Amino acid sequence: MAKFTKATSIKDWINQRLAIEKVEKVMGSEYWIPKNINFLWAMGMVLVITFVLLLVSGIFLLMYYQPNIDTAFYSVNYTIMRDVDFGWLWRHIHGVAASVVFLIIYIHMFTGIYYGSYKKGREMIWLSGMLLLVAFSAEAFSGYILPWGQMSYWAGMVITNLFSGGSLHADGLVEWIRGDYVPAQAFLSRFFMLHVLLIPLAILGLIGLHFAALRIPHVNNQDGEEIDFDAESKKYLDGDKKGSKVIRFANDFMSKDMMVAGIYLVFFFYLVFYNYGFAMDPVNFDPADGLKTPAHIYPEWYFLWSYEILRPFSIDIGLIAFAFAQGIFLGLPFLDRSPNAIAANRRGPAFMIWFWLMLTNMIVLTAMGKLPPEDPYSTIGYWAAILFIVQWLALPIITSYEKKV
Amino acid sequence: MRDSSRRGFMGKAFGAVAGVGAVASLFAMKKTWDPLPSVKAAGFTTLDMSAYNENELITEKWRGKPIFVLKKSAEMIASQTPVQQERDVIVDGSHYMVAIGLCTHLGCIPAYNTDKKDFLCACHGGQFDFSGAVAKVPPPRGLDIPPFKVDGNKLVLGEVGPEYTKMKESGITL
Ligand code: HEM
Ligand code: FES
Repeated sequence: MAKFTKATSIKDWINQRLAIEKVEKVMGSEYWIPKNINFLWAMGMVLVITFVLLLVSGIFLLMYYQPNIDTAFYSVNYTIMRDVDFGWLWRHIHGVAASVVFLIIYIHMFTGIYYGSYKKGREMIWLSGMLLLVAFSAEAFSGYILPWGQMSYWAGMVITNLFSGGSLHADGLVEWIRGDYVPAQAFLSRFFMLHVLLIPLAILGLIGLHFAALRIPHVNNQDGEEIDFDAESKKYLDGDKKGSKVIRFANDFMSKDMMVAGIYLVFFFYLVFYNYGFAMDPVNFDPADGLKTPAHIYPEWYFLWSYEILRPFSIDIGLIAFAFAQGIFLGLPFLDRSPNAIAANRRGPAFMIWFWLMLTNMIVLTAMGKLPPEDPYSTIGYWAAILFIVQWLALPIITSYEKKV
Repeated sequence: MRDSSRRGFMGKAFGAVAGVGAVASLFAMKKTWDPLPSVKAAGFTTLDMSAYNENELITEKWRGKPIFVLKKSAEMIASQTPVQQERDVIVDGSHYMVAIGLCTHLGCIPAYNTDKKDFLCACHGGQFDFSGAVAKVPPPRGLDIPPFKVDGNKLVLGEVGPEYTKMKESGITL
């Protein structure tokens, strides 16, 4: 047995048994963060906070929600919204957070792309981040089914049909996923299970992986500088705080994160109280009806860009293009052949143009996806989808010509 | 085997037990997600075909899915191309379009326009003519025709009659 001495304080008693001082050092005070990073690096912390908001509001919704096709709609729209004291608050928090979380995820992703933070040892951070995006997408989709309104039902219908693989006609697979020929009780129950247990567990695990992947390479910085963390932290601990290029994560760097988080939360709760409408689709305030499709079916805004890549083509090409769009971001660390892991504006014109064009194009695709499938929108959407694919195919070529700077 | 230590053997033995267990549990999990027997044994729907009016789309229900029934007028029948004709369900001398009312693209319900005599799917802009054949992509094929059997002036959905078998064999429907 290890050696234990009589404790001098409660803290010492715990410390002898759980090594909390060591843990605190490893996780906080001696976890080193570069000084030259801006507010965009606070997005990760903002995402953690948003996830906690989803978790807490979800737990309260769960107390009254009923996963039954006859009662689900009323349990949400009547019981939670009108009967339960502050029920509306949890629902608004949950809905707004589910929407805003994607805005932050996209900012976080494009920050990573801009600063080249997916290269030189940071590949696992990028890959685990993309898995988080997949898990959050599945979480949002399964949650969207739960109120069992018209959009719940028809989104469930359309998205599960994607798995028939077009001309492959894997209808058996679609029916297997649904547990029925059409979305019905079996479908609602299993998506409820996914939404409240399996996917949140997966998300927690992936967040752990994402953080673990950050541990060894550390976060990148604005200048793409390769910092020797051992040397710089030694300098800091030896008293040269000014000269060192790094600072402690807790509490020093955290104070900056929390400043950004504070501003974010004010904005977030402004949305929750005064502007929650964007997160609640009016069509979903009609109960599900399997014999009536709503006039326009479109997904939530965060899926629109990939939906628009599906839409202009015939079914098989559409599905291939859609799968390409879903999967291609995973390949970014390997498709970018350039030796530079620095900000886009310093990598020469080719990548700089590529970056801003990609960002703009995804906004265009998002806008076209929301508009009805008529001209001129479908034509613009068609060319934007082609451009998206061409840009990705061109990426390895243009980056392999990039000179080392 | 000769070189491996006793621990190595234990590891392999555990691996074998765990492998069998993993395959068996995946099988059970797959089967648990299958549609229930009560769902699969979903009943049959019988339609009285004398009740429909010409060029008026009626939506019936079979296995939870909408079923389009459209009685064709003489003018519509006369204007049909061979492709459209092949899709006709003929009951008691009248011609009908009978089809599963879910777009073959991704399953929205197309809406019928009585004046233009065609269907428009609002989801991704697909179109079908009044016989249920595709007029504009993305849908890859005409509306699917459910299994049916003609019985006097009635139509039984879910049962397979000779007319349906013929359509299926010639690839008119899936
Ligand atoms: C463990 C955490 C979570 C729990 C326990 C939970 C629980 C619930 C429950 C019970 C509902 C149904 C009530 C309602 O519709 O308002 C719901 C809806 C929903 N959830 Fe979650 N949820 C969790 C996390 C998430 C996450 C991470 C997301 C998305 C990124 C999300 C997205 C949604 C969406 C979009 C709805 C539909 C909201 C609406 O129509 O008002 N949820 N959730
Ligand atoms: S579902 Fe009808 S066009 Fe896509």
